[in-house]
Amino acid sequence: MTDATPAIELRGISKAFGPVQANKDISIRVMPGTIHGIIGENGAGKSTLMSILYGFYKADSGEIFINGKKTAIPDSQAAIEAGIGMVFQHFKLVENFTVLENVILGAEDGMLLRPSLAKARQQLKQLAEEYELSVDPDALIEDIGVGAQQRVEILKALYRKADILILDEPTGVLTPAEADHLFRILENLKREGKTIILITHKLREIMEITDEVSVMRRGQMVGHVSTANTSPPELAELMVGRKVLLRVDKKPATPGAPVLQVRDLKVTDDKGVHRLRGISFEVRAGEILGIAGVAGNGQSELLEVLGGYERGTGEILLNGQPIDATLRHSNGRTRRESGISHVPEDRQREGLIMDFSAWENIAFGYHNAPEYQQSRLFMKNAAIRAATEEKMQKFDVRPPNPLLAAKNFSGGNQQKLVLAREIDRNPDLLLVGQPTRGVDIGAIEFIHQQIVALRDAGKAILLVSVELDEIMSLADRIAVMFDGRIMGERLPDKTNAKELGLLMAGMSGEAA
Amino acid sequence: MEKMPKWADVILIPVISLLLAGIISALVIMAIGEDPVKALWIMVDGATGSAYNWGYTLYYTTNFIFTGLAVAVAFHARMFNIGGDGQASIGGLGVALVCIYLPWPHWSLALLAAAVGSALFGAAFALIPAWLQAKRGSHIVITTIMFNFIGAALLNYLLVGPLKPMGSMEPATGKFPKVTSIPNFHDILGMFGIPFSRGAPANISFFIAIAACFAVWALIWRTRLGYEIRAFGHSEPAAKYAGINPTRIIVVSMLISGALAGMMSLNNVMGEAERLVLNSTEGAGFIGIAVALMGRSHPFGVFLAALLFGALYQGGAILSQDTNIPVQLVLVIQALVILFTGALDNMVRMPLEKLFLALRRKPAPAPKPTPAE
Repeated sequence: MTDATPAIELRGISKAFGPVQANKDISIRVMPGTIHGIIGENGAGKSTLMSILYGFYKADSGEIFINGKKTAIPDSQAAIEAGIGMVFQHFKLVENFTVLENVILGAEDGMLLRPSLAKARQQLKQLAEEYELSVDPDALIEDIGVGAQQRVEILKALYRKADILILDEPTGVLTPAEADHLFRILENLKREGKTIILITHKLREIMEITDEVSVMRRGQMVGHVSTANTSPPELAELMVGRKVLLRVDKKPATPGAPVLQVRDLKVTDDKGVHRLRGISFEVRAGEILGIAGVAGNGQSELLEVLGGYERGTGEILLNGQPIDATLRHSNGRTRRESGISHVPEDRQREGLIMDFSAWENIAFGYHNAPEYQQSRLFMKNAAIRAATEEKMQKFDVRPPNPLLAAKNFSGGNQQKLVLAREIDRNPDLLLVGQPTRGVDIGAIEFIHQQIVALRDAGKAILLVSVELDEIMSLADRIAVMFDGRIMGERLPDKTNAKELGLLMAGMSGEAA
Repeated sequence: MEKMPKWADVILIPVISLLLAGIISALVIMAIGEDPVKALWIMVDGATGSAYNWGYTLYYTTNFIFTGLAVAVAFHARMFNIGGDGQASIGGLGVALVCIYLPWPHWSLALLAAAVGSALFGAAFALIPAWLQAKRGSHIVITTIMFNFIGAALLNYLLVGPLKPMGSMEPATGKFPKVTSIPNFHDILGMFGIPFSRGAPANISFFIAIAACFAVWALIWRTRLGYEIRAFGHSEPAAKYAGINPTRIIVVSMLISGALAGMMSLNNVMGEAERLVLNSTEGAGFIGIAVALMGRSHPFGVFLAALLFGALYQGGAILSQDTNIPVQLVLVIQALVILFTGALDNMVRMPLEKLFLALRRKPAPAPKPTPAE
């Protein structure tokens, strides 16, 4: 295979952002007609490398060869001309345009739209048949599902005659079934001779679909292996640089009295859209209830309404005491005072103030706590700093410097900072959203241990995650949400990804 | 990883910006056939050459400290309060009412009451834009700009109507009673036997301004309210998550901001004019924006920037007085300084950041041992 010309070859690519070496002397060969995985932890430099290939960044040094020809890619236009198409993690579509209009956007043939649209319609039809890439060309983007939107992104690339397709974390927003559909499309594309680069941090996807895999760690390429000759533990070890436990080690739960009881909880947002359509469940002391589901099916609103910053209606009981869901008499502060801690889904947007130092963040949300007050007016900053140092040690936040701003910590350490703040309050109920999103594998292990330890201490935990693997291994019970409803509850050892996947897609096939 | 050392951010950038403004000003002065070195000397001498000149420089400085702090406090809550001018002029109304309509036994009590009055009036004038922002999402920049006009129109009406003494031909209130006259630098320093120019307008409110700097510093970095204001300013979603009430923070920070702007009138209305005239603020509310930007919204920075702009104002006045350089050109120089230190901040910052990064990379080629995992 080595005598063939690679579709893409990168030689000695380096790129630094200030003092951070995002890519260091990276070389990679991607053979035509293969699916090539690039795997690595967040911040390993995968996205930077692909951005260089797509002309968003300019490499400090190194060369790019496309089909054996040295090619300069100063901007995305040049990348498109070189036959490279990119499907971003966050889609770049115009919401109120139709599929067809989005496909031709930026690739119109002339002044008049009509001929371009007609041509595109013809080609779209052809592509749909060829690759199982069916979407209604006249549907508005905002009306179609996430999976279909992703197909539009792929169509956009193919319409621009892309031979090399780069997909950045494509399954993050998809249900398992949609992901399977995507993988079938990728297989079809591969069969037609297209070259595909798949960027992901999910080992399962790499094993399932790629032919070759390259592993990145801290800006460097640490290994190229052929997928057939490797295993998930080996890849994980390459990614992290040490052996890691892929499964959570935990004893069976011993649930006690119900801590959180929710009955007929409803949330309607500002636009009148029903986000929660009356859900009921309970979480007992000493158990983890996992909420599975594709992002955007009401899980965020559930966490927000329980955390006290989204209005809802319905009954919430904490240890039998009613909690006001309407926010007329309560807010995030009263929730904390009643014993609910909350690790929010988006730590950079909600959980932390990125410009605040670690100690200011440790007080965040608890800045009214009596032990942090000097007087009625003034805060006891020295005491907070001392407490921060202690918590940082306990939760292994590195570097343990309370004066460092949150933005200067790695994703995993930021999350540990939030966990240190929330878990160390010893809450009766812990709400956790996406505890390991954007967190390196090494830190995932630690975070999971902390959550399980809190459970074993007899606390109730409500875990929301879009990572099915995480739910399956961490939760004691699993509830699946779809479109603001709970589609069903399952026990992790009595279900499987397929059944949960169906529930996540809204098919309430009460598995007989 | 900070992009550059703190001293570069706080000192180097303003100094370079000033130099650039100075160079362009020099070119402009040369273009009209005057000597820029001489002009600079006249300005420096005009601002600092004598006790009298210092008296004026510190008078302007006092104005700019108040309006600069006003903008800075609002800015910590990410509110851009453009309405400092209107709030300051309405604050002047508060001072005038306190001084004219209430009998005072001693200036100190009058000063205290006037401080409260100016702060209340300034704050009240900031309340409506704040409320509209918090409850209706009306953009604070737009509403505060409009409120500047409303304030000017209101004073126009009051000063040609109800507040104008009978028989007066001038749109202004009558002279405040003698007892409300507050000590100026001549009086204060005289107590310690230090001679100071009698005619210069700098007065005791300069020290109130200094005290306000300390108060704002303590508020922002030491109190719970300041913590909440900063948290809200950095991230509204995070503030909501933490149980911080956005409406409360918007309204309270704007009230404090308006109060500080209003208190400026202690200096110009009570301390200098001793009556309320039309356009009493002379645009000091807008200078406050530049002062806050240049001072990085930190009270000490605001103090330094206010001092600079105070000197620029006084020096500029002398420059137009002593040379053929027209007063409009002095405005150009002032505008250039505002432009470079405020609006064009990034023009200096970006290349400087790159420079520092390059410098740092050279000596230590791989400065990433093993910080995180």
